[in-house]
Amino acid sequence: MAETTKKRKPKPPVTESLLTSGHRACAGCGESLGAKLVIDAAGPNTIVTTCTGCLEVFSTPYPESAWRVPWIHSLFENSSAVAAGVEAGLKALGKKEGINVIAQGGDGGTADIGIGCLSGMLERNHEVLYVCYDNEAYMNTGVQRSGLTPFDTHTTTSPSGKKSFGNQHPKKPLLEIVAAHNIPYATSATVGYPADLQLKVKKALKEKGATFIHLHVPCPLGWVYNTELTIEIARLAVQTGLFPLVEFKWGKVTRVRKITRERKPVEEYLKHQGRYRHLFASEEGKKEIKKIQAIADANIEKYGLV
Amino acid sequence: MRKLIEGSMAVSESVRLCRPHVIAAYPITPQTHIVEFLSQMVADGDLKSEFINVESEFGAASVVLGASAVGARAYSATTSQGLLLMSEVIYNIAGMRLPLVITIANRSVSAPISIWNDHSDVVVLRDSGLITLFAENAQELMDIHPQAYKIAENPEVSLPVSVNMDGFILTHAFEPVEMLDQKFVDEFLPPFEPVHKLDVENPITMGLLAEPTWYMETRYKLKETMEDAIPIIENVAEEFKEKTGRWFGGLIDTYRMEDAEIAIVGMGSLIGTLKDVVDTLRTKGEKVGVLKIRSFRPFPKEKIREICSEINQLVVFDKSYSLGLGTILQEELRACFYRQKHQPLVSGFVVGLGGRDIPPQSIIDCYNETKGKEILDEFVDINEEAVGRR
Amino acid sequence: MSKPILITVGPGTSKVNKTGAWRTLMPVFKHDKCNDCRICVTVCPDACIFGQNNVYNANLDYCKGCGICAHECPVDDIEMVLEAK
Repeated sequence: MAETTKKRKPKPPVTESLLTSGHRACAGCGESLGAKLVIDAAGPNTIVTTCTGCLEVFSTPYPESAWRVPWIHSLFENSSAVAAGVEAGLKALGKKEGINVIAQGGDGGTADIGIGCLSGMLERNHEVLYVCYDNEAYMNTGVQRSGLTPFDTHTTTSPSGKKSFGNQHPKKPLLEIVAAHNIPYATSATVGYPADLQLKVKKALKEKGATFIHLHVPCPLGWVYNTELTIEIARLAVQTGLFPLVEFKWGKVTRVRKITRERKPVEEYLKHQGRYRHLFASEEGKKEIKKIQAIADANIEKYGLV
Repeated sequence: MRKLIEGSMAVSESVRLCRPHVIAAYPITPQTHIVEFLSQMVADGDLKSEFINVESEFGAASVVLGASAVGARAYSATTSQGLLLMSEVIYNIAGMRLPLVITIANRSVSAPISIWNDHSDVVVLRDSGLITLFAENAQELMDIHPQAYKIAENPEVSLPVSVNMDGFILTHAFEPVEMLDQKFVDEFLPPFEPVHKLDVENPITMGLLAEPTWYMETRYKLKETMEDAIPIIENVAEEFKEKTGRWFGGLIDTYRMEDAEIAIVGMGSLIGTLKDVVDTLRTKGEKVGVLKIRSFRPFPKEKIREICSEINQLVVFDKSYSLGLGTILQEELRACFYRQKHQPLVSGFVVGLGGRDIPPQSIIDCYNETKGKEILDEFVDINEEAVGRR
Repeated sequence: MSKPILITVGPGTSKVNKTGAWRTLMPVFKHDKCNDCRICVTVCPDACIFGQNNVYNANLDYCKGCGICAHECPVDDIEMVLEAK
């Protein structure tokens, strides 16, 4: 950090987060970090709906709630529809002005079981920001495969074995599907770049329509890595091209985060994670890594990331 | 003012007068006219409501859950498959103690698919905490919706309430209706004051996870509330009667039961037929009356036992059947009288499934067959040859 | 509602749960090279780092010892040590 001779105004003391301590997330949980960053960027004039999943379960075991904003959990697949109802109710009561409405869900709750309700909310352009916390499996129920589980990933319902290298389907293109609804703003983000995430939250909340953040959140338990690496692994996902940071406005790409000078081969990302160790255990496994590299290369080409 | 209107229009008009803030519904026969009329009212500026064209009934129920959670008065309508799709959310709404009124245009449940009337849809939710009221005709539909909101939004209740109307029979038939007016409904039904709501001025958490140490207590509270709702349903109907002179029952209603020895029991539009049958039987000297069950949940056991204290037999006509157990209303009434000081005979007939017509003569034939004798789970007017009974 | 219905709670009631009991490693903030960047505050998943003016500490009632703050501190001013109890 460069020294400056100008006197900087002292920062005020750190204040309590709107997602406070005492919640039961695993140590180093990327999703809890992501949720904290999102709600602190949004501020106290925010009503939040959340799907069933890790975030809901660890933050609200009765009678403990870590939320310091109004918050509601209904079911697994409907946080988007409940948020639509919250927004419509506030509008009808003349109380929407100045109030943010954020809907949250995991990758399963958003892209699989919840995709119908999500599509309806987006299509009707409700003034709701939807944040999808993507830890790439149904983590809360024990690390089962979801539509956003990447290729060749070991999960308990797509395990690697003598005859398998894990999940054989590519990640569902959730961000593109959302962007195709032509909403004002849709973007990917990651806890690997916290300041970028918070800027994107504030940007989204300024829009008078539906907005979406696809947020990559590593999971130390499900991805099998040492807890202190959460942010480093999230950054590596971006730097390898496996999780591109792309912004869409009204269905068109408007900005990408280029990785020209920080580009890394996918091994740098995969090697830290126990869920990919089967790829390093044999010659066939190493061939699979080339397939994953091809996926990264395709992303890089598609979005012009280098 | 008296108007000749379609049953669905009676519902829409009544709901309009209740000033719902948010309406979310998905089209499904035979509910469609209700939501079409409401959206036309919004389009013409006659109803200031956020009308949300949702992507499914599941979406509809979730949207009204969210609206109710912020303190907006919400409304939905559905039937059959749509209600089953909503069922997860109805349990959620009841469990979270959020008021709602939903009109159900009762229709049978697939498979086989049928768009015609019976009660097999709403009985699926009888354990959910959804207060379940059955309306008899278009006038009652006009009268019942403000009552339903008043019950739902009562701070001692705070639960979803369903108004049940027989699909096609009531939705699509035209009847003369004495219309309510805005001034009356505004006075009868004050603005919604939620027991709890999502508000940035006073943040709360709704929908927490209840571990084994807490879950049972929440169900106990719901049980308590359903019991507390019993006098409230009666009182709201009484208040309505005082102000309009019209009465379709509170928890139950009776017709010519004063000196009856046998009660014919039913729910919904069938009551009209049963009243005609009782008139016919009375001319033949039969001492018979109609017991209308208006509140199916909470089931008014005490009231029924009181009304039937001199009754020797109940003859139940039910439009639903619990596969593996028996005719639902029949079984619930038998349980109601079990080990009571006075235990009338209960007979049960299954009628009208899938919209099959129920002619008065069929009711009379069943009555004559069962008088003084217990008959259970009898399917009426079915093709004996086709089912291999002959 | 005259009778409590046990179905909602107020904000921040999770603080009764002292998750500090979970940890094996504990962050030691040396206050030597801290440049007030507050990256540690930003990256703590449990929002338990507080302070001002180059002096920050984790609230040990809640710190789960994940080590992200130490790993991300750009000037290496935080060290994870085995906690002796």
